[in-house]
Amino acid sequence: MLGNFELQGLPGSAEALRAPLRQLLAKHVGHLPVDVRARSWMGFDRSLSRTLGAAGYLGLTLPREYGGQNLDPFSRFVIVEELLAVGAPVAEHWIADRQSGPLILHFGTEAQRERYLPGIAKGELCFCIGMSEPGAGSDLASVRSRAERTDNGWILNGQKIWTTNAQHADYMIALVRTSGTAADRSEGLSQFIIDLKSPGVTVRPIRDLGGDEHFAEVFFENVFLAEDMLVGNEGAGWAQVTAELALERSGPERIYSSVVLLDAWMAHLEANGRRNEAGTTLLGRLTAQLATLRAVSIAVTAHLAAGERPVVEASILKDLGTGFEQSVPDLIADDLASHPEEDASDALLRTLFYLTMMAPSFSLRGGTREILRGIIARGLGLR
Amino acid sequence: MDDLVLDHFRKLLEDVCSPNEIRAVENGGSTAVMWTAFQDSGFLDALIPEADGGAGLGLADVAPLFLELGAHAVPLPVAETMIGRALLGKASITSPSGPLALADLTLSRSALVLFADQATHVLADLGDRAALFEMAGFEATVPDSRGWCGARLRIRTDAVPVAELGQPRPGLRAIGAVACAAQIAGATRRVLDMSVAYAGERVQFGKPIGKQQAVQQNLAVMAEHVVMAGMATQIGCADGLDPTLEAAAVAKQVASAAAAAVADIAHAIHGAIGISEEYDLQLLTRRLHALRLAHGSESWWAKALGVARLEQGSTSTVDYIRAIGAV
Repeated sequence: MLGNFELQGLPGSAEALRAPLRQLLAKHVGHLPVDVRARSWMGFDRSLSRTLGAAGYLGLTLPREYGGQNLDPFSRFVIVEELLAVGAPVAEHWIADRQSGPLILHFGTEAQRERYLPGIAKGELCFCIGMSEPGAGSDLASVRSRAERTDNGWILNGQKIWTTNAQHADYMIALVRTSGTAADRSEGLSQFIIDLKSPGVTVRPIRDLGGDEHFAEVFFENVFLAEDMLVGNEGAGWAQVTAELALERSGPERIYSSVVLLDAWMAHLEANGRRNEAGTTLLGRLTAQLATLRAVSIAVTAHLAAGERPVVEASILKDLGTGFEQSVPDLIADDLASHPEEDASDALLRTLFYLTMMAPSFSLRGGTREILRGIIARGLGLR
Repeated sequence: MDDLVLDHFRKLLEDVCSPNEIRAVENGGSTAVMWTAFQDSGFLDALIPEADGGAGLGLADVAPLFLELGAHAVPLPVAETMIGRALLGKASITSPSGPLALADLTLSRSALVLFADQATHVLADLGDRAALFEMAGFEATVPDSRGWCGARLRIRTDAVPVAELGQPRPGLRAIGAVACAAQIAGATRRVLDMSVAYAGERVQFGKPIGKQQAVQQNLAVMAEHVVMAGMATQIGCADGLDPTLEAAAVAKQVASAAAAAVADIAHAIHGAIGISEEYDLQLLTRRLHALRLAHGSESWWAKALGVARLEQGSTSTVDYIRAIGAV
């Protein structure tokens, strides 16, 4: 009833991708300050994404005819793991590569695939996800943004909020209502590709608690959507979003958000010759937990590779992984402030403070802890 | 592991290790029938090569059996005997027919040893070598508490080993810890099953408590711990009978942390009945706490791993854990 989590290695073909990518990243990312790298998949660098695309590291699981590499999810795991390990600023292509591309591949028309996928694989098209609204967070089915049919397409009105990278994105894939009312819940929802340069679209960045502007609110005022902007079937939006969320919840980004800090702290312990019991024990504990989480993440990837939709397994991984990621800045802060005799570098402290501030978001983005635990409880047969 | 073999093993446990038989052993009853059944089953030689009369299985192959031992709260050192027999066999030493406990005496001349109260022999790590002793080689005292299953063993100054074998690396504690992790993984899974079933039956406020979100969330957390313990055990078993210190540390750190957490939540779900002697949950939760401590708790192994990592020096976290999880 808990799914199957089997320890397995990554195939050699996937591991072979690691060394060349590591070389490329040493050149393009190695020089960035550690607190910039701590932003990782929230950090935006268009030129890096294009470099990665040109080198064949994006659109990995897409077929070659659409500019992809036709590789398996294990290969993508390796690429993503390497990007996160160094904290490469990958926000520009992250969402398109992870979920918008696969979504268009599975549910889109042939014309949509030809139109969007090659640009995604090149790292040239930036996508964002339009799910949350002012009145629809965890209760996603209560979205109120609404597209009404016209003779030759749709007219969209409404609002999205907390949309990561909307201010940089070329397109949003939005979940909106196309029939019925909020009382119809998951019925009557559809997904559209929205060109964010369309007339009637207004994007306002929102400043976050750390001073960055990583998310935004997006307003739609009589935005015209041509027929061919509907993704998949009208009314099938909920099922499509559910499939998309399994991709969103299963990856290594749910365990590695604090790994740059962990490495920086370990370097601090070494530089200070620290061997105290509490610090050593903490290092071992975090290492043991993360080693196990990585194996769980690979096990979930194996389900994706087998063509399954591991909704419960992905929820287990995400809840465990984000809990770990959140514990890292808490525990390291306590350790560092327990050693006032040491000089922690400004870069280490900025990294720590950034993650301390942003850590609450780890268990919000992509589905809250409480929602995930509800999904796990359903997997246990309790609801 | 072949499903048929696993089913056969489960049937054996259900036949000879029922909750009432476990209670009888814990109350000082004889283990002779139980042990003879294990001996006759052939499972005790599962890790011995086929050429030497065993089943020729690897540690990862038999891990599902260890999980079953934990799930049934078997009060005998069955996993430990399987491991001990394989280590002795490798050194061409004939194994005794009785239960075998594993003891780490590298840090002190005495140790709390899991299941030692039911063993006839002890395979002890003495640091520069391991040695097989009869129980007569030790002063054995049994802590007068149902919260522990085993004995404190103090090696006698005049103890003469039955046989000696080379220096175990990274130490017997590592393989002992992996065996405990596996039993924790099995016991936590069983405790989760019992808790989910109980939450579906127990009615309060007019509906099963499992319909309450607060209870559902706790059971989900419990399930996550079960997944972690299961995966950590697989990591610990991946290297066979001589696990790396790192793999053993991951297995026992994660499993021990899960053991206490799962026992806590299970009792919270069960309420007062879980505290009663006659209800079977306590057989498993008492065992979970004992397994958590045996061969080192979560912090002991966390420190061991931290020391190993600092000694290795500036390897990135991702590269370090990739090497541990490699299969």
